[in-house]
Amino acid sequence: MKAKVLLSLVLLCGNLAAPLARAGDAASTAPAAPPACELPSYLLTTESQLPRVADAIKAGKPLEILVIGSRSTTIPASEDSSYPARMQAILKDRLLPSEAVHVSVEIQSKKTAEEAATTFVKLMEAKRPTLVIWQTGTVDAIRAIDPDDFRGAVTGGVSALQKAGADVVLMNLQYSPRTETMISVPPYLDNMRVVAQEHDIPLFDRFAIMRQWNDQGQFDLFSPSRGPELAKQVHDCLGRALAQFVIDAAHLGPAEQQN
Amino acid sequence: MTIADQVTGSTIAGTGKPAEARPAEAKPRSAAPAITLPAIGERELRLDLFRGLALWLIFVDHLPPSLLTWFTIRNYGFSDATEIFIFISGYTAAFVYGRAMLESGFVVATARILRRVWQIYVAHVFLFTIFLAEISYVATRFENPLYTEEMGIMDFLKQPDVTIVQALLLRFRPVNMDVLPLYIVLMLALPLILWLMKWRPDVTLGLSVVLYAVTWEYDLYLSAYPNGFWAFNPFAWQLLFVFGAWCALGGARRMSRILASRVTMWISIAYLVAAFYVTLTWYVPQLSHFMPKRLEQWMYPIDKADLDVLRFTHFLAFAALTVRFLPREWPGLKSPWLRPLILCGQHSLEIFCLGVFLAFAGHFILAEVSGGAAMHALISLSGILIMWGVAWVISWYKRVADKSGAKTKNAVGNADLAGGG
Repeated sequence: MKAKVLLSLVLLCGNLAAPLARAGDAASTAPAAPPACELPSYLLTTESQLPRVADAIKAGKPLEILVIGSRSTTIPASEDSSYPARMQAILKDRLLPSEAVHVSVEIQSKKTAEEAATTFVKLMEAKRPTLVIWQTGTVDAIRAIDPDDFRGAVTGGVSALQKAGADVVLMNLQYSPRTETMISVPPYLDNMRVVAQEHDIPLFDRFAIMRQWNDQGQFDLFSPSRGPELAKQVHDCLGRALAQFVIDAAHLGPAEQQN
Repeated sequence: MTIADQVTGSTIAGTGKPAEARPAEAKPRSAAPAITLPAIGERELRLDLFRGLALWLIFVDHLPPSLLTWFTIRNYGFSDATEIFIFISGYTAAFVYGRAMLESGFVVATARILRRVWQIYVAHVFLFTIFLAEISYVATRFENPLYTEEMGIMDFLKQPDVTIVQALLLRFRPVNMDVLPLYIVLMLALPLILWLMKWRPDVTLGLSVVLYAVTWEYDLYLSAYPNGFWAFNPFAWQLLFVFGAWCALGGARRMSRILASRVTMWISIAYLVAAFYVTLTWYVPQLSHFMPKRLEQWMYPIDKADLDVLRFTHFLAFAALTVRFLPREWPGLKSPWLRPLILCGQHSLEIFCLGVFLAFAGHFILAEVSGGAAMHALISLSGILIMWGVAWVISWYKRVADKSGAKTKNAVGNADLAGGG
């Protein structure tokens, strides 16, 4: 229950204070980013860094990224449009041709953070990624796992990933307005934020980002539509945002690379 | 409500002390074997006012965040409407059923309390039914591929036999349905609390503090279904409830000198300001640079489930200042502007349930009809108006019923004063 109120308040703040303060510098994501993906820059920047990613790029090594996720990592029957695939495309686009990027995905559906973390040692031995993007929390929130236990599991998982030699980015839950009355999300958001702070690793705030899109009307996340179009668009934007976030955290922007 | 009781500030004790022989505040606590009931010539409107306020705030907090959310007190300090609610519930429950216990004895009072518990339980089950209807509707209508994972929450519909039985056992509680089960457990403990209070109020309060400390030390909790624990731990939250009861049974009076002291006032103000500053650092992360790391480490997490000491003291400071600056005779309490709040506070169980229902309905409208800030504001405001309207109708009905009914009704029988969940 660490700082239960903390993140919900930070999020609220994000909606009110931050746009006021920084509405001017809406981040320009990838060159051809559709306007729907626009986000205030504070959602795409982090003070924590990704030193191993930066080193790998500097040393000209291929950048191996592993996304550990759950069912919301992908879109049923259109994996190519899911955010890991989109992120890979954007990263390839943004980085120099000589810099190889490869994104692999490990879906652990219906597993809590604790259950997922037990597989990390083997997974890391098999894949040896430079960067792990660990998306978690949804299953824990659905099953109402004790938030303290959840925090412990995320802490353990992050430590295991770091020990195996990877940079880690945490990604939190989706903003899902339909299920807001049924799933209590704030404790899990708070705890992920706390773990990210404690380990000084970047947190990709998927929840705040998607809420921003919904509130600004770019996407109607209440939509009951059964077609995959909305999901594809949202994942495209998430992929772009995530690529931008990684580039920012590892200081891989063209400006930084030149000097 | 008419109260045919000529005794004011009656003292009830095994020792049979007269009212005037009440021990002075300065005396040691153990020297006060008696419990005193406050005068009941007139309803304590401040309690109704703040309980009504708590009900409105709980309703607004249960809606998705909006501009109105910024008016709720949880954004300005550690404690929130739940503390106010539980404290006042303890106060009024002790006031009403304490009197019943002294006048009619333990057994009758317990029976009355159990009847009230039953009412709250039925209200809880009613709300659960509405929740089931809502979730089933969403489950059948909503198939956006973006949210296949979140739809996992519907899995419990696959085994309604287990889920519904667990809900009846108060172990399966959907989001926002945690307050009534807490209240049920606290009310179940009320006969014991009152019985102990009749013997030694201060010892009872002491025992409550001990239970609170033990809860923190040894991590006592009630488990929930399918896993996890109760969102409001009754072993911790009982402290507020018992403290409310203790205040109602003469504690507030004995504390009056402390409450009136300027030192208390300044400590309270300082604490509230400090808490406000800490809250501010949550919104304006830049400010957190001015927060000592050590203080942060000591302070966080501020645990709501176990009623963090910081939350409890924040409530105490808030209450101390309220008592000081809002006297019982404040004419504003009679003003028509505060009437809606007071009315809602007087029918708390009904209005609480209505608030939870309206929050469900509000979510539903936002999802099915349209979202947007204007719609949001409209829903919040109409929700509050509906709560007021229903409270008014209940009051009106009670007046009519009281007029035609027997004149024997007195404070003892008035369940509303005892507060709802």
